[in-house]
Amino acid sequence: MAYTQDQIVSQMDAEPGRGGNMVLNLGPQHPSTHGVLRVKVELDGEQVVRSEPVIGYLHTGIEKTFEDLMYQQGCMLAPRADYVSPIINNLCWVLGVEKLLGIEVPKRTQYIRVLFAELSRIASHLVWLGTSAMDMGAMSPFFYTMQQRELILDLNEMAAGYRMNPSYFRVGGLLQDLPPGFPEKLYAFLDGFPHWLAEYHELLDRNPIWIERLQHTARISLEQALDYGWTGPLIRALGVPLDLRKTHPYSSYEDFDFDVPTETEGDVYARYKVRMREMEESLKIVRQAMDNMPDGPWRVADEKIYPPEKTEIRQSMEALIYHFKLFSEGFMVPPGDVFSAVEGPKGVLGCYVVSEGSSRPYRVHIRGPSFYNLQALPAMIKGGMLADIVAAIGSLDIVLGEVDR
Amino acid sequence: MATVDDDRPVLFSSVKKLSAWARSNSLWPAQFGLACCAIEMMATAASRFDLSRFGAEVMRASPRQADVMIVAGRVCQKMAPVVRELYDQMPEPKWVIAMGACASCGGVFANYAVVQGVDRVVPVDIYVPGCPPSPEGLIEGVMRLQKKIREGGRPVLPPVPPATEVAGA
Repeated sequence: MAYTQDQIVSQMDAEPGRGGNMVLNLGPQHPSTHGVLRVKVELDGEQVVRSEPVIGYLHTGIEKTFEDLMYQQGCMLAPRADYVSPIINNLCWVLGVEKLLGIEVPKRTQYIRVLFAELSRIASHLVWLGTSAMDMGAMSPFFYTMQQRELILDLNEMAAGYRMNPSYFRVGGLLQDLPPGFPEKLYAFLDGFPHWLAEYHELLDRNPIWIERLQHTARISLEQALDYGWTGPLIRALGVPLDLRKTHPYSSYEDFDFDVPTETEGDVYARYKVRMREMEESLKIVRQAMDNMPDGPWRVADEKIYPPEKTEIRQSMEALIYHFKLFSEGFMVPPGDVFSAVEGPKGVLGCYVVSEGSSRPYRVHIRGPSFYNLQALPAMIKGGMLADIVAAIGSLDIVLGEVDR
Repeated sequence: MATVDDDRPVLFSSVKKLSAWARSNSLWPAQFGLACCAIEMMATAASRFDLSRFGAEVMRASPRQADVMIVAGRVCQKMAPVVRELYDQMPEPKWVIAMGACASCGGVFANYAVVQGVDRVVPVDIYVPGCPPSPEGLIEGVMRLQKKIREGGRPVLPPVPPATEVAGA
């Protein structure tokens, strides 16, 4: 809805015309807000006096919808919260439900999950790099990053039959084992990507506009950042090596050798550097996962949780019964509640699940890191220039689907 | 169109047909993403799928400069008036593509928050199925819209009943 100047002023509790300040409405339809974020900004000339993010333009009721679906169906819904790194949301959900069920998936499954989670992290950072460079006026990096992202989506499609929201991870295993020909395609990507990463550095690192606009922009202090509950690359750019993959390893992350990149400046440029190095680390993890991929089953043996093979159904009465029960009623989850947290590309991604003992969750809450990161926006841009808002929003790497849920 | 039966390079056509042909080959979409589908819309405009092959890559940030609105993603109750406002700001003639299951019918989100199909808010010309549709799907939708425009466009003004054509059906 278009608001008149007076309406926006009254919504901000500002006195109209106070000191000649102008109130500007940024969004919800604005190319730099990465979705449907709306920011109300009070400006003194070009300087930001006060600002207020308005969220809820993508409120989907996703947590409520979980309550209508069986646990296995939730694997399809979770990726729609943070759709830029869908596989990591998928991972968070299956880990939570598996914790409630008290099962552990085979080592091979855990490695495949790590592999796809890290590919998803690279894909997410590529979208961030392309769009935030476009916000700064650099058009070409977008085409370069999206081209490499397509290769990751091809791998998704190969494994799960779907490009973007593949829902490859299932409670108790995967949709299927890695298809034949997958390792070759993956290695081809892994061999080619470092060259492109160097190309991205080449495109941006020595660009004076990029440096001028990013350095010393949108900084907040470490105390403030901790108060706001910042996680992920944002807090790592302030020198805190917080990474759940290291501190609370899940899905066999303890088997992998990688570093947690940190910077100390805490400005937009530091966040850029952290994310670029994270892509290198993720690449390392993916290669290790594929090199050391264990053989063995890729699903739990319990047929009360994971449906039996199609070939068994034609031969065994029990298998047919399990199959029918799983797809009509679903599996029962013991009563209790669980919080599972994973390291998403934007920060700590959490999933709180409450079970009453039925086949559907009683309550699901998603801790979207973007929501906690976004609330620092007014502090980040206060006193800065209007144009720096765009740089600040770009550096937060928010996904509105996760903010509004 | 008909050609003269000798060597002179002359084409005869009606102005209506000619303008429809020109319009269909230079669609300017509004740069306006909502959710998951917006990422696929970006992928469609990017290197591999290259929407500019079909003349529809000029994404305009202002609705005043756009003539096709690609509703990419779920439209929630709070966003619906904004979508309508943007549609009203677009100059005539204008078309709407409902991209994905959520924009077409609410998709998986059959709940209190999501508008069950953007055709409750704006008149839709083309529905593209998928969750999200692949870029090929969106390109198919754009091509069907081009065909629709060439065959006479859409002279009706809102409100209209929901259109029925589904790309890929």
